[in-house]
Amino acid sequence: MQPNAEGLYRQMYKSRRFEEAVTQLWNDGHISAEMHLSKGEEAIVAGVLDHVMDGDALALDHRASAPMVMRGIDLALLLKEFMGLEGGLCRGMGGHIHLFSPEHLAASSGIVGATGPAACGFAIAAQHLRPDKVAVAFFGEGAMNQGMLMESINLAAAWSLPVIFVCKDNGTAVTTSSADVTAGDLLTRARGLGAHAVSVDGTDVDEVWSAARDAFVRAREGKGPMFLHATCVHPEGHFLGDPLLRMVRNPVRELRSKVGPLIKAATTGGSSLSERAVSLGSIAGMLGRARETQKHTRDDPIERQRQRLEISDAQRDELERAVDDEVQTAVAAALRGLEAQP
Amino acid sequence: MKTMTFAGAIEDALMKAMSDDPRVVIFGEDVQALRMNLYAKFGEMRVRPTPISESAFLGAAVTAAMAGLRPVVEIMMIDFVAVAIDALVNQAAKLEVFSGGRWKAPMVVRASCGGGYGDGGQHEQTLWGWLAQVPGMKVVVPSNPADAGGLMLSAIEDEGPVLFMEHKLLADYWIDALANAGRINLEYDIPEAGARGEVPKTWEPIPIGEAKMLRDGDDLTMVSLGVSVHRCLQAAEELAKSGVHAGVIDLRTVTPLDTDAICRAVEKTDRLLVVDEDYKHFSLSGELAAIVLEAGLGAKFARVCVEDTIPFDRRREAQALPNVPRIVEAATKLVSR
Ligand SMILES: Cc1ncc(C[n+]2csc(CCOP(=O)(O)OP(=O)(O)O)c2C)c(N)n1
Repeated sequence: MQPNAEGLYRQMYKSRRFEEAVTQLWNDGHISAEMHLSKGEEAIVAGVLDHVMDGDALALDHRASAPMVMRGIDLALLLKEFMGLEGGLCRGMGGHIHLFSPEHLAASSGIVGATGPAACGFAIAAQHLRPDKVAVAFFGEGAMNQGMLMESINLAAAWSLPVIFVCKDNGTAVTTSSADVTAGDLLTRARGLGAHAVSVDGTDVDEVWSAARDAFVRAREGKGPMFLHATCVHPEGHFLGDPLLRMVRNPVRELRSKVGPLIKAATTGGSSLSERAVSLGSIAGMLGRARETQKHTRDDPIERQRQRLEISDAQRDELERAVDDEVQTAVAAALRGLEAQP
Repeated sequence: MKTMTFAGAIEDALMKAMSDDPRVVIFGEDVQALRMNLYAKFGEMRVRPTPISESAFLGAAVTAAMAGLRPVVEIMMIDFVAVAIDALVNQAAKLEVFSGGRWKAPMVVRASCGGGYGDGGQHEQTLWGWLAQVPGMKVVVPSNPADAGGLMLSAIEDEGPVLFMEHKLLADYWIDALANAGRINLEYDIPEAGARGEVPKTWEPIPIGEAKMLRDGDDLTMVSLGVSVHRCLQAAEELAKSGVHAGVIDLRTVTPLDTDAICRAVEKTDRLLVVDEDYKHFSLSGELAAIVLEAGLGAKFARVCVEDTIPFDRRREAQALPNVPRIVEAATKLVSR
């Protein structure tokens, strides 16, 4: 079986356009608080979701837009939820970090690591009620240090649960370089807990698709969990308006009030000079990483797939136009919903 | 006169405590960014960025404290303490009694809390009543910069575990990072006097367990904490216009509760209105009703609290959190009873 290049491209493109609309609505102040995008993770989500069928379950983290869009949830329902409208997917009660669709067995949580136990429970229910069905857990590499996720990999392996643990590794958790706080290597760790484990380039949807196919086959055959590690980049940082990205994009405005106190703190006693120098070095390193993050456009998963399409430009344009229309229609519906709000 | 922001006051108090006492260490997620100045000044041994492993580092803080350090350990939002609750409920809070009084865990748990910026019901809770329920825990909730700095010093000096809760509407950097995030087109009901205010020239510890009477009034006593204190003061102003004189007490500490101050005030007014951003049922507000009854006071009682899971939608969220109209309405009803 081969992946359907256009189908995957369409999914990724749709998620990206949807999130561009979300970004606009967020910038306009129609969406509140911490808007974490899936931008940069599209190939991972598309490559995995392509194998999902009805009855399979999704345990989603705080970046649930792409999985929800690609699972086929109505875009207007999602936008209305993000805007807190009564007509939203969850009546405006959950919001973008807490999305639920019972029909799709899709549930998200903003608690880092919580998708591990969630997927195990979905898988246990599948063993009883939906033979051959599987559960997918999405999480970041930062979550790999959360105890409940480690317990879940063990549980899934010990009970041969049909779980696919998808670790989307962008190397950073909020502002912290995960390498600085993570010992050992994640694949070895997952294997130590008894899971089958592979690593792929998460910006290459073909690679993800193939690895995910094996994972789904194994899980459906009752051979237990797979740990699928996929690397990626978050070009918008942790969430829209990420403070570190604001600092590197607009240093004069964003750093003005911060530099004075920082220099004062670092130069007026405290620990030894060398320790303070190390601190300043890692602060600079943190900003440097943020600057790199947004330069990674060459790794853009959607652009990569676009280059590979074997359809004519006209056909591609038509595909894109259809998606653009779908997104625009959803935005218009959401804005009408906003106007109708009492 | 010296003024500071709420967050600035906490940082200043920590600067002092860490300069005075090398045993004071900080650990938590992203502290190299969130506590950048302290990190630059005291280095990574004393300001340690952690993995997202709350049960490990909160648990480790307990024994680090038992073995001589004074950790100030950070839980980014109090909601997340749920993944690590064993460290507090079964370990830190039990130690003093279990060891026959021979061993204590002088640690501070610093956590942001509270809502009002549309982050949803998993990121906007206060949970102070829940955490205060366990014997052996102390819980402080400052409402202004001066109290924040003074209570932080006391929390660090305290011989047992103290939970120090910082409301996100008061701390400018949280609103900047989580709510505005570079946008200028949104509004938040931030109490000015809580977000910035006068602080003492040199920091002195403010005793844990002492409430503060902020306003006298003969008709009813409002008891509150955190952001809601400011809502009460505003409501009291409005009530005064219609001839109702409401007193306002800022608890500042949830536990140990300043029972005397509350009972003294309620004895005079015979009416108690609790305004609490925590959940209504099985709660601090219920506890306050109980202590008044136990003291033999037959006061009339009402409460304005969070009654259900906080809605994500900012319009409904604003109704769910204690607000001035709800307080005025409850007070008006209470005085006419
Ligand atoms: C238990 C818990 N601790 C802390 C947080 C705050 N938080 C939200 S996302 C995040 C970083 C997660 O990093 P990672 O798992 O790598 O995912 P990413 O955001 O990079 O996709 C943190 C620390 C949380 N939501 N839950």
